[in-house]
Amino acid sequence: MTIIEAHNIRKSYGSLEVLHDVDLLVEEGEILGLIGPSGSGKSTLLRLLDLIEPANAGELSVFGIDTVTDRGTWLDLRRRMGMLFQRPVVFNASVYDNVAMGMRYRGAPRDEIERKVKEALEAVGLSRYIKSRALDLSGGEQQRVALSRVLVTDPEILFLDEPTANLDPTSTATIEEIVTRLNREAGTTVLISTHDLAQGQRLAHRVGVMIEGTIAQTGPSREIFREPKSQRIARFVGVQNIVPGRVVAQREGLTVVEAQGKEIFSATSPPADEVEMIVRGEDISLHRRKPGYEEAENLFPATVTAIEPTAPFVNVAVHCECDLVALVTARRAETLGLEIGMEVWVSLQAKAVHLIPQAGR
Amino acid sequence: MKTGTLSSDPLRGDGEAAPSWWRERGRRHIDWCTAGFCIMGGLLVGITVLALANMATAELADPVHLFKVAASSEVIGSILLTFGAGASAVLLLILFGTPLAYVLARSRPSRFKGVVESIVDIPLILPHTVAGLLVYLLFMRRGWLGAPLSEVGLAFEDALPGTIVAMLFVASPFYVNTMREGFEKVPVHLENVARTLGAGTFTTFRTVTLPLSLRHMYSGAVLAWGRAIGEFAGVIMIAYYPFIISTLIYYSFTTDGIHTSRSIAFTVILVSFGVFYLLRRMTRYLGRYDDRV
Repeated sequence: MTIIEAHNIRKSYGSLEVLHDVDLLVEEGEILGLIGPSGSGKSTLLRLLDLIEPANAGELSVFGIDTVTDRGTWLDLRRRMGMLFQRPVVFNASVYDNVAMGMRYRGAPRDEIERKVKEALEAVGLSRYIKSRALDLSGGEQQRVALSRVLVTDPEILFLDEPTANLDPTSTATIEEIVTRLNREAGTTVLISTHDLAQGQRLAHRVGVMIEGTIAQTGPSREIFREPKSQRIARFVGVQNIVPGRVVAQREGLTVVEAQGKEIFSATSPPADEVEMIVRGEDISLHRRKPGYEEAENLFPATVTAIEPTAPFVNVAVHCECDLVALVTARRAETLGLEIGMEVWVSLQAKAVHLIPQAGR
Repeated sequence: MKTGTLSSDPLRGDGEAAPSWWRERGRRHIDWCTAGFCIMGGLLVGITVLALANMATAELADPVHLFKVAASSEVIGSILLTFGAGASAVLLLILFGTPLAYVLARSRPSRFKGVVESIVDIPLILPHTVAGLLVYLLFMRRGWLGAPLSEVGLAFEDALPGTIVAMLFVASPFYVNTMREGFEKVPVHLENVARTLGAGTFTTFRTVTLPLSLRHMYSGAVLAWGRAIGEFAGVIMIAYYPFIISTLIYYSFTTDGIHTSRSIAFTVILVSFGVFYLLRRMTRYLGRYDDRV
């Protein structure tokens, strides 16, 4: 069942347009990750979906109820949803009172509040702080208090607005674990915005990429990361190689793309004559000498032009008529004994070469 | 008097020699800017201190007369009336000014908002006689509001409601502006958190915004009250009677002469000073501010 349905949402603050042409369908029980650079409108979109603010235009229905024509039901609908913000916000009161807020707003009986607050604090591992002043806790603990404050209200949809952006790894792990468990056991629908790509990949069943105020692509995270629809998305999801080229032939079900005199096979059928090859660095393998047995359709010698270590990986730029960047593990780089000017063999599967039409043509 | 207590050292016994700072003074660096500012500021404070001292010496020389005047039912009644009318005006301001301040604090800048803000500030920039005339013309027996209200038995001319309305008019910008400042300091983000937890707009206002602005509400109310009880020109236009304290002082100044009016004035100074001191002291027990993120 579709639980959130949004069409052509537009939102601006004064002359600043924050969202435009946003279309989004969210299925009941799924975890949808919203990724995108800062300022792309993720937080604003979540606020609109949680009915804290109205959109300037567009259609939005939540739980199958049209929220544009039926403004009177907003509070009732909002009470079926919950939201956790990036900045941990606790009020100057005891942890107990903080967590009880949502239930008090709903006029729940005292004994039920007490039972559920204790349960929720247990779940986030903060039972021992129940009488403490919430402001005395650390940032991570405050965020966990904020999460349990949302959990006691049993939301059917949970919005998480970069919930772990400033948190330590332990609190992040606790929050991620609770959210996935909630989704699995209670079937809660979760929308999480994050600029941490790995977190998006880790948690979300489906990912939406927001670029400049609109959702540019949605799909399983595998698809977003390997087959981005445009250059902007490819850049954002960390594709190292975006190489312009021209389709010259189709051979044995593969597309042959020529880039600066180099012919590269791709398994994507040609979207246009002038294309952009999208190749993730980790899909390019480097070898010291020509591999005896190699399944990859693309196999050619190249020269190493640059080596740039990035944490456990090494970015290796190679030149073979066109320039490519391969991502190899630090250990593999050591084994290969990579150095600038060295001759290496490059292998690349045709499947790993994704083609998009060149922008502006 | 004040400077005397500041420079004397409470820890030093009477018999002890002059403190060493007097001898070390030459070696210490003197910041001429701060010193100059202190002297200039001191002149300003000095005028007030001098005026008070002048009146106090004259009054304390004849305590019997002072007590007779202060204890007279006329003066006590007038002080109570002034304070009461001021308090009524402030209550009305809290009731109507608070929503206005909230709307002004939360709305986006626009031409309309600018106009409303200027209207709120009008009593600030007008001479008080003009303010009094405005109130009089609107609330007099033949005025736009005065006429229908006198039909239902609510008279403003030379009556307590007139006093209250005049006070309300001149004091309103003090309350509204202070309250608005308080609301502006409450982050919208906090309100959003309450709303995501299922609070309606009014519940959010009542449970989050208002508690966080209580101090501003209090100091706005005190400020407005002080302004209200000090009003003269605005009030006498519509309500010469009943005598509020300013009118009483003016009346006795023009009829009984300086002696009696000075005694009334000194009584008022003592009472007001005491009351405002207490009100200021109470501020520290009020409102929670530290959870503004």
